[in-house]
Amino acid sequence: MSKTYEYIEVSKQDQLGLIALNRPKVLNAINRPMVSEILDAMESFETDIGVRAIVLSGKGRAFAAGADIDEMANDNAIDFELRNQFKDWDRLAMIKKPIIGAVQGFALGGGFELALCCDLLYSADDAEFGFPEVNLGVMPGAGGTQRLTKLAGKTKAMEWLFTGKRISAREALHHGIVNQLISKELLMEETMKAAEQIANQAPISIRLIKEAILKAVDTPLNEGMEFERKNFYLLFSTDDQKEGMQAFIEKRKPHFKGK
Amino acid sequence: MFETVKYEVKNGVAWITLNRPDKLNAFTEQVNKEVQQSIKQASRDMEVRCLVITGEGRAFCSGQDLEGVNENMDHGQVLRKFYNPMVMELDKCEKPVVAAVNGVAAGAGMSLALACDFRLLSEKASFIEAFIHVGLVPDAGNLYFLPKLIGHARSMELAVLGEKISAQEAKEHGLATKVIPLEQWHDEVSVFAERLAKMPTAAIGLIKKNLKASWESTLEESLERDAQGQRIAGLTLDHKEGVKAFMEKRKPVFQGK
Repeated sequence: MSKTYEYIEVSKQDQLGLIALNRPKVLNAINRPMVSEILDAMESFETDIGVRAIVLSGKGRAFAAGADIDEMANDNAIDFELRNQFKDWDRLAMIKKPIIGAVQGFALGGGFELALCCDLLYSADDAEFGFPEVNLGVMPGAGGTQRLTKLAGKTKAMEWLFTGKRISAREALHHGIVNQLISKELLMEETMKAAEQIANQAPISIRLIKEAILKAVDTPLNEGMEFERKNFYLLFSTDDQKEGMQAFIEKRKPHFKGK
Repeated sequence: MFETVKYEVKNGVAWITLNRPDKLNAFTEQVNKEVQQSIKQASRDMEVRCLVITGEGRAFCSGQDLEGVNENMDHGQVLRKFYNPMVMELDKCEKPVVAAVNGVAAGAGMSLALACDFRLLSEKASFIEAFIHVGLVPDAGNLYFLPKLIGHARSMELAVLGEKISAQEAKEHGLATKVIPLEQWHDEVSVFAERLAKMPTAAIGLIKKNLKASWESTLEESLERDAQGQRIAGLTLDHKEGVKAFMEKRKPVFQGK
């Protein structure tokens, strides 16, 4: 990568774009420039045809233990409104390539919200999640109340957000917040395997599947069905569809080009 | 550093000795906390590869100190605040933990012994589920560990009838790794603990983790956990040393790495 970043470490490995939060001394506390850097790196990967999937992780003991409190302690409502800092978060949600997250240690507050921006989440079996904002007299502002509720339902979201209590990896798995628990020693190794597997699928399929699933989260079923159908039709204009079906008929492995 | 607990590290073994012999090492809030802190310290200390929990004097631990119990006490809160964190600390520990039960282990003292990985019993040791005699229920993980160790029916008998069982009876129940005669007590406990401290520590941690997880897993989940555990163990120096020593027909020297 030509760019250098202060708060994250960015690299490429085969078809994967890797982003690692890199403030291990403060358990990767998320500040505004870090979010801008993440967005910048994601948008570069988005337009890089060599990258088929993005892996997001945290260096050191934690994924991210929260937002940088010092940075916002003296802000008032108007500061937030005028800065409109959450637009970066909105743009993160518009990334079309699959984002695979690897969480170890803590994913708290803003760190948990960042984890919830991933499409797939792999978690160390001793990781802990949570929204402790309520203990500071505030609440999540980057999607926490919305995304957690859509994943786990209102009942548990209310409990977790009212109390700020920690959610164990096991509970997170049970409530559909993470995909799989992995021994912490093997977290990156297994996450990379999962990401490579996705990177080897037909990229346009993955892209349109992601789009359709995200659509399902907040559209009525009939609209979602229409949307899915259009994406399904669209895939029949790709070379990869022809290659995939030809390979199936010839009983060989397909070779997808992303076209 | 601790007042109610003696903490020493020797030959790779952390000795955690409950040290209120005149009170039969009964639990107070401070004892709970200091046991918890000493387990944490031993877990973090790279030099330590085995923990021994034992009691000074004639008792292992007689359970909750009843001097601190009064009508206004919220028993549930005492457990949540002091006992449960101690048991959870023990559960988190990835190194082997030996309860060297030198004398009576009653009530929560028995719970503490049950939460350990091995129980070595002095011939003078005994267990008693004392709770029922004061109208209470076994706590601090007692009813979690006990049926897993000795089965439901026997657990019911011990917990409800509250009869004292001797070291020999405990051994017959499957509660003891070994019953040790008084004169050999200290030597045998040391030999056992130091033997554990020379073993492949990471592999022991993985065995503990996977055995515990087996209680709440399907076969499929267990098989995947085996695969992950073996991948991790397969990367350790101790594994390489074990294979090398086997090839060279010599005894392996494990470093716990």
